[in-house]
Amino acid sequence: MNWLQRWVPHPLFAGFLLLLWLLMNEFSFAHLLLGAVLAVVISRVTQPFWPERSKIKHPGRLLRYLGRLLMDILKSNLIVARRILFYSRQLEPGFFTYPLTLTDDFAVTILASTISLTPGTVSAHYDREGRCLLIHCLHLEDEAALIQDIREHYEKPLQEIFDD
Amino acid sequence: MTASSMPFVLELVISLFLVAGALFALIGSIGLAWLRDFFMRLHGPTKASTLGLGCLLIGSLLFFSFQRGALSVHEAIVTVFLFVTAPVSAHMMAKAALFRGVDKGGPSRNYPDR
Repeated sequence: MNWLQRWVPHPLFAGFLLLLWLLMNEFSFAHLLLGAVLAVVISRVTQPFWPERSKIKHPGRLLRYLGRLLMDILKSNLIVARRILFYSRQLEPGFFTYPLTLTDDFAVTILASTISLTPGTVSAHYDREGRCLLIHCLHLEDEAALIQDIREHYEKPLQEIFDD
Repeated sequence: MTASSMPFVLELVISLFLVAGALFALIGSIGLAWLRDFFMRLHGPTKASTLGLGCLLIGSLLFFSFQRGALSVHEAIVTVFLFVTAPVSAHMMAKAALFRGVDKGGPSRNYPDR
């Protein structure tokens, strides 16, 4: 068990790499072997870049979260497309800070990416000491409602997934 | 198997995805030209283009899955990479622009002092 952990420090990541390699090439034993070697080598070499190990407690909820994210991305695209086409002169852009309750680095990364992919918001800066995200909004109307929305929609589910 | 042996409904669905994708990509580019400051223009590529490319890839996935008679997964991988990298690059550009004070007197309110 111990040597396995030392050789494959990130089993999920290594498995993902192997799967990716097999999907991108025709399946054969040679590719399986090459993919396995690459998965082990890459996950070992990149180990210093990994923050502390994040624990995903509820993979099922993560899938549900991704499904909802996909729907939100679809919606946000329609909203942004409409704003660009019809209201591009009346938009009132602005920055606001979002106070974080998450502490896990990986969870914060997912939250920031989610914010960038959903309705009219792009995360611009992560203040680790102040524990807040700086977010730019394409059309900033009600800051408090937006913060509430992000908290209910994304941060709380992430908190449950990572048990943070 | 030639494209002409494809059922009409499937051809229609693929065409719809391709046209919708192209339309979203176009809107994203229009946004890039019309919006007023750097941070507003940043919204175009992260969203409109993501969906545009997503639609194109779904069309491509359907076409090649039918043609080969097996599920084509390359498009799915491209989509995943796109959705993972788009927010990261947007974040880096926003950070660099903030650091350099790009468009500081621009239309965006609450510009942070850094």
